[in-house]
Amino acid sequence: MTPAALLVALALLSVGAFWIGKSRSLAIVGGTRGVRNLHSLPSHYGFMTALWCALPALAVILVWLVFQDAIILRLVTDHLPAGVRDLPANELSLVLNDVRNLVAGNVGRDAVSEAARGAADEYVRLRGISRMSLTVLTLVMVVCTALFVRSRITPELRARNRVEKVVEWMLIGCSTIAVFTTIGIVASVAFEAFRFFSMVSPIEFLFGTNWSPQTAIRADQVGSSGSFGAVPLFAGTLLISLIAMVIAVPIGLFSAIYLAEYANPRFRTYAKPLIEVLAGVPTVVYGFFAALTIGPALRGWGESFGISVASESALAAGLVMGIMIIPFVSSLADDMISAVPQSLRDGAYALGATRSETIKQVVIRAALPGIVGGVLLAVSRAIGETMIVVMAAGLAANLTANPFEAVTTVTVQIVTLLVGDQEFDSPKTLAAFALGLVLFLVTLALNVLALHIVRKYREQYE
Amino acid sequence: MNTEAVQVDERAGINLKPSSRQSEPYSIQAPVESGKTVGDITVPDPIFSCRNVDVYYGEKHAIKKVGIDIAKNQVLAMIGPSGCGKSTFLRCLNRMNDTIPSARVEGSIMLDGKDIHDKKQDVVQLRARVGMVFQKPNPFPKSIYENVAYGPRIHGLAGDRVELDEIVHGSLQRAGLWEEVKDRLDHPGTSLSGGQQQRLCIARTIAVNPEVILMDEPCSALDPIATARIEDLMEELRQSYAIAIVTHSMQQAARVSQRTAYFHLGDLIEVGETDRIFTNPRHKLTEDYITGRFG
Amino acid sequence: MNSTSKPLKTAKETQAIVAATLSRRYWAERRFRAYGLAAVIAGLAFLVYLFFTIFSNGMGAFRQTQVRLPIYYDAALIDPAGTRKPDDLNAADYAAVIRNSFKLKFPEVEGRAATRELSRLVSGSASFDLQRAVVENPALIGTTVDTWLLASDAVDLLEKGHIERTLAEAERPLTDQQLVWLDKLDAENAVALKFNTVFLTHGDSREPEKAGIWGAVVGSFYTLLLTLLLSFPIGVATAVYLEEFARRNRWTDLIEVNINNLAAVPSIVFGLLGLAVYIGFFGLPRSAPLVGALVLTLLTLPTIIIASRAALKSVPPSIREAALGMGASKIQTVAHHVLPLAMPGMLTGTIIGMARALGESAPLLMIGMVAFIVDIPKGITDASTVLPVQVFLWSDSPERGFMEKTSGAIIVLLAFLVVMNTTAVILRKRFERRW
Ligand SMILES: Nc1ncnc2c1ncn2[C@@H]1O[C@H](COP(=O)(O)OP(=O)(O)O)[C@@H](O)[C@H]1O
Ligand SMILES: [Mg+2]
Repeated sequence: MTPAALLVALALLSVGAFWIGKSRSLAIVGGTRGVRNLHSLPSHYGFMTALWCALPALAVILVWLVFQDAIILRLVTDHLPAGVRDLPANELSLVLNDVRNLVAGNVGRDAVSEAARGAADEYVRLRGISRMSLTVLTLVMVVCTALFVRSRITPELRARNRVEKVVEWMLIGCSTIAVFTTIGIVASVAFEAFRFFSMVSPIEFLFGTNWSPQTAIRADQVGSSGSFGAVPLFAGTLLISLIAMVIAVPIGLFSAIYLAEYANPRFRTYAKPLIEVLAGVPTVVYGFFAALTIGPALRGWGESFGISVASESALAAGLVMGIMIIPFVSSLADDMISAVPQSLRDGAYALGATRSETIKQVVIRAALPGIVGGVLLAVSRAIGETMIVVMAAGLAANLTANPFEAVTTVTVQIVTLLVGDQEFDSPKTLAAFALGLVLFLVTLALNVLALHIVRKYREQYE
Repeated sequence: MNTEAVQVDERAGINLKPSSRQSEPYSIQAPVESGKTVGDITVPDPIFSCRNVDVYYGEKHAIKKVGIDIAKNQVLAMIGPSGCGKSTFLRCLNRMNDTIPSARVEGSIMLDGKDIHDKKQDVVQLRARVGMVFQKPNPFPKSIYENVAYGPRIHGLAGDRVELDEIVHGSLQRAGLWEEVKDRLDHPGTSLSGGQQQRLCIARTIAVNPEVILMDEPCSALDPIATARIEDLMEELRQSYAIAIVTHSMQQAARVSQRTAYFHLGDLIEVGETDRIFTNPRHKLTEDYITGRFG
Repeated sequence: MNSTSKPLKTAKETQAIVAATLSRRYWAERRFRAYGLAAVIAGLAFLVYLFFTIFSNGMGAFRQTQVRLPIYYDAALIDPAGTRKPDDLNAADYAAVIRNSFKLKFPEVEGRAATRELSRLVSGSASFDLQRAVVENPALIGTTVDTWLLASDAVDLLEKGHIERTLAEAERPLTDQQLVWLDKLDAENAVALKFNTVFLTHGDSREPEKAGIWGAVVGSFYTLLLTLLLSFPIGVATAVYLEEFARRNRWTDLIEVNINNLAAVPSIVFGLLGLAVYIGFFGLPRSAPLVGALVLTLLTLPTIIIASRAALKSVPPSIREAALGMGASKIQTVAHHVLPLAMPGMLTGTIIGMARALGESAPLLMIGMVAFIVDIPKGITDASTVLPVQVFLWSDSPERGFMEKTSGAIIVLLAFLVVMNTTAVILRKRFERRW
């Protein structure tokens, strides 16, 4: 059976186990009238039987599937003709790739070598054996457990407590996924990044000003110095984020102020959600908009003023990114402004302050920590934003502060390095993970700081 | 003006002679008729003169036909059970109710003979003349110095930094706070104790040279020692300003005020000399309240 | 207390100063207010401009130029042996059938080059349509049928007004001669813009007139379905645990901090995780909805968890106390009483999370869902792409025709998002409860 079919079968068997447990519990107390003699409801006995059958079987299936591929490949490799088996590791992996593709039906039989064809047949044979064994094992396990549990059901068995204990552990298990995700990110990205740093010195990477990963491959000078200096990337990221902030912070802040303090309720009910629509538009749409409309328009304007604007200028990407970020700033600022207690406003009004004087010098002043936190979160978004820059910013690693020139960013380079054919183990590919690590750490630091500031601010007025 | 109040008394059938008061202490019983205040609501040369003031919050009629004068260089205490409209009335006097969208104020409120609801009356100017201190101390999230300097700054009262320093110094001194804070003027206002914060708010208010200071339960969030300091301060400030204070404490009203007004469910029941109100109330509701039978 | 220090100015002097500066202050007030209004208007204007650009560019993608031609299904060309076997019918040269039919229509055209020029008015893929028609219905052979054929990309652009006739011949993709033929066809009402079914029902293609979004829609569907199946139960379970069961301690604090931070981690980092762990470590297939869903699950979990916790928080404690008081266990209380009440809020959060997942493309680029895929995916392990990535792919194409397709795909994407978000809003409105 294929894994999917096996899972369906397991689900059906579990339903059967439920009925076995339930009817057994009813039987031992002599039908529905004896239910009050049972410690738990009949359905609890059913759930217990089903869980006891399904969970171990599920664990076996998952472990089996995780290791199946690796083990079979190992066996297949041993089965390869000696000449192929002794190929260098990277060429061997190409052959194995062919085998995989052939098995998956991605390529025709003619497209691969003789050895790969044989290996693929071997692979399919072994996989059949493996699936067969797994199916048998699972079925036997399920049936045995069901019979075993059935024999243990007594009126005193505390089925409910056991089921609930399992459910609680499942809840705990789910809640740890967030932690494991973080660990996964750190471990995997850091692992690849460290492999990169064993080829290219971190100093070179963090402080070098020359970024041209392609050259390093072509000239066969793996890890040659000067090619992986990421400073132009950091500078480009900062330049575009800065432009975005210059757009988003004033517009976002002022519209939050207007909507919170001036607008009549009717205008507010329409305008606020409409502005928030800007945050719901997929970033790929902004990217298209930037590349197709804003970029050429800026270029045209630049020409009419005699300024030369690159068609993939930092300005176009930053401008559109700024538009995207407006609602983040405005809704966060709105929250913060609404959290300022009315008593502070009253204090200013009672002194004869006008509305704008109250807002500028009291409300904003009081909301400042919260607003700063919100802006930091927005900066972190800008730094990590990918699609807009991939589509509207350039690839050339220029070290410049001129917004009319094309610059590249960390995220653009990650995408460029990893999309398309890639060789693992080359510094070119691993460099993407190093960039990813930097990106993760920087945004993490910004987020922690911002969340801390915002929480402190909330506590202040609670 | 005067006749109106007298008429009220006559129709209510009060005999003003002391002897009859003794024998028949509370000749007026509920139900209350709005606008029929017991006692003399007028004063000679009033700074504020209010007549027939009604306030609605949406549908809710919060105060009804209130008429009263406020005298210069005097403290007027307003007492009454909570929810009776004391704060609402106080907030009418510098149009703080403008900031509440649902609030609607009717009737005439004259400041120095001019209606504060007049089109020509600017609310900023009005509030510069009629300052307010709130129940909970609400210093701005700024330094002590900036808190006091805020009013003079926005109104442009100081020509230069030296003059501003003098205003801040003078205001803090008159609020009795100078000695305590002179070494830490750059500390945030919120770092002070509750009583100090409230005196800071008073200093902030007098820094703009108002004529009237409104205080809404200024001591209810404070401990007895801080309260005593503020009460002393009120006695000092009375020399220069008219003061209207809302208080929950009858002892405080008796200690600091010269006149007292008793509110009940939106009605102004009785007004009079503080000594007289507390020793010899004429309305049954007033009597009940000050003897602690309810409220 | 130095109460003798008098104010520097009298009240009257103060009032004079206040009055003097009043108009200047009110000007500042009005200016400030105007800035605020300008900011709101700027935000709204961006929105309107964005949507206007997309729609004015993209509506054309839903219509397509077709050319009517009397097709002569010449038996000599299609089935010279007369077997009528599908294999033979499939192998025939239908491009020649089209060329022949054109020749019959325009007898004055002479020579191979001119004939080819003429037949380039219709899409190269038109021959496949004829092939399908003949295989389905061999009786067509030998007859002449008026058929609407897909016009070529260049003709389509011309009909939609994206190419200027006035340009020099070398600068436009259509020759003068082709324009003459086209005008002749036009005069017979044989050129028309029709509803573009190809765009909605086909997979990707290298030729703009044959490219459709159906493959991407199906890819998005599989990916989102799996994301939903994974993230909703896990998200709800996590929220229930944290809100209802967990005591506050270091461990739950750690989980909370993690969730809040993951909500703000750039999405591309999740893509790196997926590439390194799912593909690199577990050996799952590249480009598959399965891996896409696993990545998007991690991406949407924080959103769902945060919304679900808010929904659980809004259920008043009295309900729990009532159930617990009747002897229900903690789990029964949650399952029977708390969860049903919190469910609308959780669903709202989930839909919003799904909408975000639908628009997400950066992490999917990392795991290879960016390949050129013609076939419609049939399962969660088939190579496929998703709508936003299709937008990205097309936006990169040099052909002018793809620009319209890109905007068209964006319109479809936005339509899905609007439906999802509207559902969420309605759900929230409908079940909004004030305790
Ligand atoms: N902003 C408001 N909106 C609606 N009703 C209000 C508002 N403020 C006060 N009220 C109502 O008006 C009445 C008088 O309130 P208030 O003047 O604050 O009473 P006091 O200060 O004497 O305790 C109360 O019944 C209160 O509920
Ligand atoms: Mg009050």
